[in-house]
Amino acid sequence: MAAFAFYLFAITLLTGGLMVITARNPVHSVLWLIVCFFNAAGLFILLGAEFLAMLLVIVYVGAVAVLFLFVVMMLDIDFKALRRGALQNLPLGLFVAGVILAETLLVTTGWQPGQGVIVHEALAGPPAGMTNTQWIGSQLYTRYFFVFSMSGLLLLAAMVGAIVLTHRRRVGLKKQSIAVQNARTPAATVQIGKAGIGEGVQL
Amino acid sequence: MIQLLVFLPLLMALVAGLGGRMIGHTAAKALTTGGLFVSAALAWTIFIGFWLNDATPSTVAVLDWIESGGLFVRWALKVDTLTAVMLVVVTSVSALVHLYSWGYMAEDPSQSRFFAYLSLFTFAMLMLVTADNLVQMFFGWEGVGLASYLLIGFWYTKPSANAAAIKAFVVNRVGDFGFSLGIFGTFLVFGTVSIDAILAAVPSHAGQTFSFLGAQVDVMTCLCLLLFVGACGKSAQLGLHTWLPDAMEGPTPVSALIHAATMVTAGVFMVCRLSPMFEASETALMVVTIVGACTAFFAATVGMVQNDIKRVIAYSTCSQLGYMFFAAGTGAYGVAMFHLFTHAFFKALLFLGAGSVIHAMHHEQDMRFYGGLRRHIPITFWMMTIGTLALTGFFFTAGYYSKDAILEAAYASGTAHGTFAFVVGALVALLTSFYSWRLVFLTFFGQPRWAASEHVQHAVHASGHEAHHGHDHHHGPDDRTAGYHPHESPPTMLVPLFVLGAGALLAGWLWHGAFVEAEEGAAFWRGSLAFDTHLMHALHEVPAWVVWTPSVAFFAGLGLAWHVFLNKPSIPLWWKREVPGLYDFLLKKWYFDELYNAVFVKPALWFGQAFWTRGDQQTIDRFGPNGAADVVVAGAATLRRFQSGYVYSYALVMLVGLAAAAAWMMR
Amino acid sequence: MIGLTHYLVVSAALFVMGVFGIFLNRRNIIIILMALELILLAVNINLVAFSAYLHQVHGQIFAMFVLTVAAGEAAIGLAILVIYFRGRGTVAVDQADMMKG
Repeated sequence: MAAFAFYLFAITLLTGGLMVITARNPVHSVLWLIVCFFNAAGLFILLGAEFLAMLLVIVYVGAVAVLFLFVVMMLDIDFKALRRGALQNLPLGLFVAGVILAETLLVTTGWQPGQGVIVHEALAGPPAGMTNTQWIGSQLYTRYFFVFSMSGLLLLAAMVGAIVLTHRRRVGLKKQSIAVQNARTPAATVQIGKAGIGEGVQL
Repeated sequence: MIQLLVFLPLLMALVAGLGGRMIGHTAAKALTTGGLFVSAALAWTIFIGFWLNDATPSTVAVLDWIESGGLFVRWALKVDTLTAVMLVVVTSVSALVHLYSWGYMAEDPSQSRFFAYLSLFTFAMLMLVTADNLVQMFFGWEGVGLASYLLIGFWYTKPSANAAAIKAFVVNRVGDFGFSLGIFGTFLVFGTVSIDAILAAVPSHAGQTFSFLGAQVDVMTCLCLLLFVGACGKSAQLGLHTWLPDAMEGPTPVSALIHAATMVTAGVFMVCRLSPMFEASETALMVVTIVGACTAFFAATVGMVQNDIKRVIAYSTCSQLGYMFFAAGTGAYGVAMFHLFTHAFFKALLFLGAGSVIHAMHHEQDMRFYGGLRRHIPITFWMMTIGTLALTGFFFTAGYYSKDAILEAAYASGTAHGTFAFVVGALVALLTSFYSWRLVFLTFFGQPRWAASEHVQHAVHASGHEAHHGHDHHHGPDDRTAGYHPHESPPTMLVPLFVLGAGALLAGWLWHGAFVEAEEGAAFWRGSLAFDTHLMHALHEVPAWVVWTPSVAFFAGLGLAWHVFLNKPSIPLWWKREVPGLYDFLLKKWYFDELYNAVFVKPALWFGQAFWTRGDQQTIDRFGPNGAADVVVAGAATLRRFQSGYVYSYALVMLVGLAAAAAWMMR
Repeated sequence: MIGLTHYLVVSAALFVMGVFGIFLNRRNIIIILMALELILLAVNINLVAFSAYLHQVHGQIFAMFVLTVAAGEAAIGLAILVIYFRGRGTVAVDQADMMKG
C-alpha cells in the first residue's frame, strides 16, 4: 500500500516537474508547479513528516506559487518571443544535467553511512508520546532558537526589500517631510532687503 | 704661510661664488682679486727665498685622507724650488688676470661667478703644484679641468661655448684615463703614491720588466708613457690637442690664465716633477721628444693661416708647449721649466693684449677686419709688440734666452731624437716668427678694414653714430672704417699688460742663470728635478751656427711676414688660389677634427643610440616594466570575457562549477 | 520495500530537472525562478528522507529553514523582476549585459 502511494506521488511529481519547464503557457507552468508541491507534500506525509507537509502546502502553494501567479498575470509579457533560441541550448543543457544526474546517482547508490549512524529500514516516528509537530518544536525552540530568530529577521528583510524595490512614488504629490521642515534655516528662507521710498524690492 | 697661499683663493672663490648675489659684484671682485694679490706676494717671497738659496724645501702636512691597506694618501703641501717657480707663475698671472677682468668683464651680468671660477681654478692649480703625492696631484689635475670647463662655457647661453667646454673636458678625460692608469701602475710597482718615496725608489726599479701579452715590457717605460698620455691631454699635445683652439670660446682672460700660462703647463710641470722616473726610461724620453717636436711643427703650420686672433695665439701656445716637452725629452728639464716661466709672461701678455684689441674693436676677433690699429690703440700696440719680440726670441728678451737654451740643449744632447727635435725646432722658430709678425702686421699695420665687420656695425648703429668727432663722415670706398673709432682700454686692463711686458723683457735676463746655468742651476733646483749639469755645460759648447740659428730664424720670419703681408699683400691670395688644397689642409687643422668626428664621435653616438633604442627601450623596457604591464593588461582583457553581464551565463558557470566540484569530491 | 535510496533517486531526478529547466529557459526569467523552486523542493525531499530513515529530527528542521529562505528569495526575485519589467518592458534577460566587465 505504501509502495503504491509512493510510486503514485513520485511519478506525478516528476511528470509535473517536466511539465513546469516545458509548458508553453507560463500560467500552466505555475499550475504544474503547484501539482509538484502537492505531490511532494504527499511524499512528506509518507515519510511521517506531516508538519512539514502542511507547511509546504500552506506556505509554498498558498503563498509562493500564488505570488508567481500574480506576477505572471500582472506583467504583460510576450511569451512567444521568449521561446526563441531554446533549442540551441539543448545539447549543452542535456550534457550538464546528465553529468549532474550521473554524479548524484553514483553518490546515492554508493553511499555508506558514517560512524555510529544507523540507517533503519523502517521509518521512524517521533519518540513516544510526541506528535511530529511536538518533536519538531522540542528541537526548534531549544537547540535551534538562534537560527529560528535569524530566519525571522531574514523574512523581515525580504519583506522590506520587496516593498522598497517595488514601491512607486506618486509624482506631483505634496507631502510633508518633517525632517526637511526642521532642517530649514533662516538664512535660506528670509531675505532682508532695503526698499527706497516709492520703490520695490527685487527678490 | 704656504697654507694661506693655497687656501686663500679657495676661500675667496667660495665667498664670491656662493655669496656673490648677497655681497654684490664689486665686493666679490675685490675679495677675489685682493686674495690673489696676497697669494702672489707670498709666492714671490717664497720664490725669492729659493732664488737666493735662503730657503729649504719642506712639506707641510694638512690632513690625512686615505688610509687603506698599503695605500696611504694625505693632503700635504710640498714646497721646493720647482713648486716655488710654479707658485710664482700661477699666482702672478692669476692676480693680473683678475685685475684685467675688472675692465674686460665690466659689462657682464654674472661677474661674481666669473671671479669665483677664476679663484677656484687658481686653488686647484695650486693644489696641483704643491702636491706631495700623485693622488693629490690628480685632484688638482681634475680640478683645473673642471674649472676650465666652467670657464670656457662661462657664457653658457651660447651653444658653441657649451660644445667647446664639453670637448675640452672630454678630451682631457681621455688624457686623465692614461694618467690614472699611470698612477695605478705606479702604486702597483712602488707600493706608494708619495712622490718623494717614488722618486727615491726609481733607481731600484729601473730596468725591471713585466710580461704583457707575451712580450716583456719595461716597467718604467710603461709607467712614464701612461703618465705622459695624461700630460698630452692637459697640455694639448698632438693627438689630444683638438680642444685647445675651441677653448677660445671662453672670455679672453680665461684664455690668458688657463690656456697660456697655467693649466696647459701642468703637463710640463708633471713631467719635470717626475723627471727622475723619466730619466730611467730612454724610450719614454724619446717619445716625449718626438711628440713635442711634432706638436710644435703641427701647431705652427696651422697657426700660419688662422684668421681669428685668439686662435693664432692658441696655436702658438700649443707650439711652445711642444718646445717645452721636447726640451724635457732631451733631458734639459731646467730649460723646459725656464721656457715655461718666460712663456707664461709673454703668452699671457699676448692674450691680454689681444683681449685689449678685441675690446677696442667691440668684440670683433677676425683679423681680416683689423688693420692700421697702431694709430688708434698705441699702448696695446707696443705691448703686443713686446710680447711678440719675446715670443719670437729677439735678442735679450725672455724668449731669446729660453728658446735658445732649448735648441742648444736639443743639439747638445747628441741623440737622434734630440737632433730631430733641433731641426724641427729651428724650422718652427722660423714659422713662429712668421705667424707672430703676421698677427702684428695684420692687426696694427696697413689700412683699416673693419667697415664690413658685423660687430663694428653693431657698435656704430647702437651708439647712434657718435663716433664721428673730428672725422669726415663719408662712406667712401677709401675709408673703410664705417665711422668707428677704436678706443684704448681702461687702466685696469692696461696695468697688467705693463707688468707682464716688464716680465717679458726682463725675466730672461734676470733668471736664466738660476734656471739654466750648470752650477747655479744645480744650486737653484737642488734636486727638485733631474738636473743634468753635464748637459748644461754642453750647452755652451755647441757650434756657433747652432747659437745663431734662432736669431736667423727670427729675422727670416720677420722679413718674410713683412714681405707677404705689408709689401705685397697679394701673395696670400695667390697661395689660396693656386694651392687651395694646402691652404684648406692647414686651415682645417690637418683635418684632425673631421677624423676624430668620424672615428670616435660618430661611432660613440651610434653606440649610445643603439644601446638606448635597442637595448634599453626594446629589450629591457619591453620585457621589464612595460612588458609586465602589457601582460597584465592582456591577461585582464582575456579574463574580462568571463564577466559577460548575462544572468544565464553566470548560472551556467555556477552549475558547471557545481558539477565539477561534485566530481572532485567524488574522486 | 521503499528504502532510502528510492527517495534519493526521486530527489536527484527532480534536481536535475530543475537544472535542465534553467538551461532550457534562458530568456524567460520567470521559468528560471520556477526551476529554482524545483531544485529547492528536491533538496527538501532529500533532507526529510534522511531525517526519517536516520531517526533524527534535524533534517526536518533544516528543511523548514530552506523553505523560509526559498520563500524570501522568491519574493525578492519577483520584486526585482517587476522592476526590471517596468524599466524594459520585457523579461528577456539575455540582452541585459550592462554589468559586464
